Amino acid sequence: MKKLSARRRHPLAAIVVLLLALACTGGLYAVFAPADKAQADETAQSLAIDEGKKLYAVGCASCHGTGGEGTTDGPSLVGVGAAAVDFQVGTGRMPAQQPGAQVQKKKNIYSQAEIDQLAAYIASLGAGPSIPTEEKYRDEGADIAKGGDLFRTNCAQCHNFTGKGGALTHGKFAPSLEGVSAKHIYEAMQTGPQNMPSFPDTTLTEQNKKDIIAYLNAVNGDETVDPGGLSLGGLGPVSEGLFGWIFGLGSLIAVAVWVAARTAKAKKS
Amino acid sequence: MSTHESTTARSRGKAPAGERVADWADGRLGIYSLAKANMRKIFPDHWSFMLGEVCLYSFLIIILTGVYLTLFFHPSMNEVEYHGSYVPLQGQLMSEAYKSTLDISFDVRGGLLIRQIHHWAAIIFLAGMFVHMMRVFFTGAFRKPREINWLFGFLLFVLGMFTGFTGYSLPDDLLSGTGVRFTQGAILSVPIVGTYISMFLFGGEFPGHDFVARFYSIHILLLPGIMLGLVVGHLILVFYHKHTQFAGPGKTNKNVVGMPLLPVYMAKAGGFFFLVFGVIAAIAGIASVNPIWSIGPYRPDQVSTGAQPDWYMGFAEGLVRAMPGWEINFWGHTLVLGVFVPLVIFGIFLVAIAVYPFIESWVTGDKREHHILDRPRNAPTRTAFGVAWVTAYMIMLIGGGNDIFATHFHLSINAVTWFVRVSFFVGPVIAFVITKRICLGLQRRDKDKVLHGRESGIIKRLPHGEFIEVHEPLSQEQLYTLTAHEQYKPAEIGPAVDENGVERKAKSTEKLRAKLSKSYYGEESQIPKPTVEEYREITSGHGHH
Amino acid sequence: MSSQDIPEENLPAAQDHAHGEVADEQHPFADPGLPPHEHRVQDIDEKAAKRSERAVAFLFTLSMLATVGFIAAFVAIDHDKSVYVFPIGHINALNFALGLTLGVALFCIGAGAVHWARTLMSDVEVADERHPIEASPEVRAKVHADFKQGAKESAIGRRKLIRNTMFGAVALVPLSGVVLLRDLGPLPEDKLRHTLWNKGKLLVNMNTNEPLRPSDVAVGSLTFAKPEGLEEHDEEFQNEIAKAALMIVRIQPDNIKDKRELEWSHEGIVAYSKICTHVGCPISLYEQQTHHVLCPCHQSTFDLSDGARVIFGPAGHALPQLRIGVNDEGYLEALGDFEEPVGPAFWERG
Repeated sequence: MKKLSARRRHPLAAIVVLLLALACTGGLYAVFAPADKAQADETAQSLAIDEGKKLYAVGCASCHGTGGEGTTDGPSLVGVGAAAVDFQVGTGRMPAQQPGAQVQKKKNIYSQAEIDQLAAYIASLGAGPSIPTEEKYRDEGADIAKGGDLFRTNCAQCHNFTGKGGALTHGKFAPSLEGVSAKHIYEAMQTGPQNMPSFPDTTLTEQNKKDIIAYLNAVNGDETVDPGGLSLGGLGPVSEGLFGWIFGLGSLIAVAVWVAARTAKAKKS
Repeated sequence: MSTHESTTARSRGKAPAGERVADWADGRLGIYSLAKANMRKIFPDHWSFMLGEVCLYSFLIIILTGVYLTLFFHPSMNEVEYHGSYVPLQGQLMSEAYKSTLDISFDVRGGLLIRQIHHWAAIIFLAGMFVHMMRVFFTGAFRKPREINWLFGFLLFVLGMFTGFTGYSLPDDLLSGTGVRFTQGAILSVPIVGTYISMFLFGGEFPGHDFVARFYSIHILLLPGIMLGLVVGHLILVFYHKHTQFAGPGKTNKNVVGMPLLPVYMAKAGGFFFLVFGVIAAIAGIASVNPIWSIGPYRPDQVSTGAQPDWYMGFAEGLVRAMPGWEINFWGHTLVLGVFVPLVIFGIFLVAIAVYPFIESWVTGDKREHHILDRPRNAPTRTAFGVAWVTAYMIMLIGGGNDIFATHFHLSINAVTWFVRVSFFVGPVIAFVITKRICLGLQRRDKDKVLHGRESGIIKRLPHGEFIEVHEPLSQEQLYTLTAHEQYKPAEIGPAVDENGVERKAKSTEKLRAKLSKSYYGEESQIPKPTVEEYREITSGHGHH
Repeated sequence: MSSQDIPEENLPAAQDHAHGEVADEQHPFADPGLPPHEHRVQDIDEKAAKRSERAVAFLFTLSMLATVGFIAAFVAIDHDKSVYVFPIGHINALNFALGLTLGVALFCIGAGAVHWARTLMSDVEVADERHPIEASPEVRAKVHADFKQGAKESAIGRRKLIRNTMFGAVALVPLSGVVLLRDLGPLPEDKLRHTLWNKGKLLVNMNTNEPLRPSDVAVGSLTFAKPEGLEEHDEEFQNEIAKAALMIVRIQPDNIKDKRELEWSHEGIVAYSKICTHVGCPISLYEQQTHHVLCPCHQSTFDLSDGARVIFGPAGHALPQLRIGVNDEGYLEALGDFEEPVGPAFWERG
């Protein structure tokens, strides 16, 4: 101790003390802060649930029942999870506007904060898949080729090779995946909205889902290169046939008309 | 040119080189006699006469680009792992056929362009043949002496369909593989021999390891070889028969009016080859066709929605999609009507248009040569039959793309299928009736035009207050053109008694023929042409018109 | 070049038919004959002709430039470089450049030739005579006589033994060719009736390559499975998966209408063949609310809650169901092979 007290007047002592103090404060903060945050979270959570319940009563209860138990107009929401809410409301499908073969996506009228509140309320009714964190659907660590293979096994039968969508029975259809956010695609696989079957993590792992999303980004993203030129909707031979008839044969017939037409005659003076 | 003269010419070294080469060739091949008949051969000018050229040239383009593709394509179904430049397929298992097609598309410079030219040209080739065939049909160009050439053309169309099918199956991608699977299922449906044919064609169970190699030799050798022979025969007959022409002043059944092969048609037809090639090359540079890389390699347990064949097979696809699922089981056997019936209809439907010329010539009993084309309106029953055929074809094309139609027009796929089922039977009948009405209406208008002249659009007020439209009389050329067509009289059943006065029973074929003939040429089916008397009466009576 | 450049004697001679004819019963109005030739601007105005000449030469020159451009693009552009072209989108630069330059190079040759023909070559319409295709009666008689003579000399009609054996020989010889086709493939035997499935084979998840447990399969989910031991690298993978592919869904047992289906399921987990009974497409467009499954190829629709019977489309019979259970370790297993052939129907199916 003598040594220490002997050096307390060293020019650097003040700095050392300051550093120690900072470290202590930081350490203390680190120890206590999470607890505080958790507390704050919990209150925020219950607040969100309350807010969500209010939103639910206005926008959803008429079909899904006042407690989410479901009615003849809408299924029970107990146990569907926050992911389902985020998908359905986030893509504008819910609240549904009009009855039809299937509820279609439209402009979303809720803010993300409101959606989160609704999701919190529905999640409180029963355990279900939660909203995925961003790293689950980020491209990093994904195998695009494997994703392609998985996509062709699990998804292409309804959504087409590159996710352009396709027909189902009686007017229902699998929508195009163009412009759908990675988060919503992830949630759709998890929850199986409407007639789409779900692909839970037990049969299609988180890594599998990540691969599929990376594949879609590669072949159906904004920057996707169509090496051959116009993709003609990516629909295959039907659009190719139409293009071949209209622009291929059509322009050749136009050329033929020119080749065979009579040349303008000189006007008689 | 006598031998003496030519020797002296050569010794003086004055004959142009080209002439000397031609002389040399003539001494061995007799080209001068050939050229005498053909060098100044006359071809009439009409855009629709160039549809056949579109087909010929796209066929040549397909052969040229196809030869190039064979240099890089490996017709093998050996499994390999992909490590080429297309990222989304890295490390995937695929057949060598699929891999080499990817390599052509991504690693051979210009390979993608040639592949796309080849495929676009095939689509246009078949479309061109369809339209060319319809042109020949609706103008009656198939009549004597051209029935054989009609059959050649028909065979080319059918073989073209199958060459196209075997061709787009070669890359062994998921879409074409699904098509091959469909073909195998259809073969299985054939009673008695189906399973055997399937086993022999695929070298065992589907998909096996052989079909790409087998389709390859069919696609590049067998079918194109036959087609090339038919094309040559088709062209020789076109030259031999000389081209048909539309009626008009100076154009008779005994002549052909137009421009000579050398130089005008040499330049126009030769130039048109480059035009067709240029248009197809530009399309191949702009629009992608059959992007097999985004379709993925074939696996029999994978599939994509919107699984359609190329357009020329769409008609067969429609028949299969619209057919109800009938299946009969008896004595331990299964009759797969749901697949076999469409297969049979497909054949019958095509044969119906192929044999039509023979049916029509039997109905008319006309044994003369015909070189003047009909305007479709002047053969209402034939035109109506053709339109009915095309209607059924188009309905089945819609049926073949029913899922795409459903999604893009927001319809129920079941409703589209039911629409196709019903209208396959109803549509052609309606089309037949309406077309015939329209043809007769147009005939009446022609008659009016001949008798009363052309509506000039000038309204004149007569002294007593009546307003009339001034009709301008037609020129002699127009009058001739509008009345140049022939009108048949319906065939009668022969006399009820033969020359010996013995009563004779009319054969049932004779009765059928008389009936058909009446429906073709009876009062209901054609408007009598104006006669000179009618014309004189009207023009003298209403001189001021 | 105007019409004067072609000497008269080079033109087809027979123009007589192009002149008028008299009216008759069939043709009430007489054929006035070919209208007189009218000159084009180029025929009478040397300046216009020069303009046409320059246009043709310009097109040919443009073609040459485009070919040079084609070669330059081939050499200079990297084969995997992409470029954004409005309104086409992101495309391969080399393909676009090669396609357009080749297109222009070819099109301009054609356009030049046609423009030349249309404006500078003679446009005088000429008529050529047709001759009947049929031979004259004299020729016909001569050919018939010659043929009869030849046939008589060969004695084919008289010596019937020769004729008949020759026909027999020629008719039989193609049979060797037919026989040679026999080894194209094996006989069908019962190959279409069996799949890799048999008792105790585990159901392996297609996605994870892991055997499935009942708890993995949720109501409303869709899973594809293959028999254990079948790997993608196997020589016969394609042939086997073409028959063995499975589609697994879970339906609330109360909602299963078909008694046998319920019996063959495990707690509502049902395993159906993924191969359509129509023509063999992998059917798997499963609608989890209606339990309908649709085939993307020809729209056959099956009701998975009612024995997978056909409710729409061209398929003739229900999808075969695989009987499943759970083994001692808690994994889903097959309790045997399919009881009927999977995939398309065939004559011997019965």
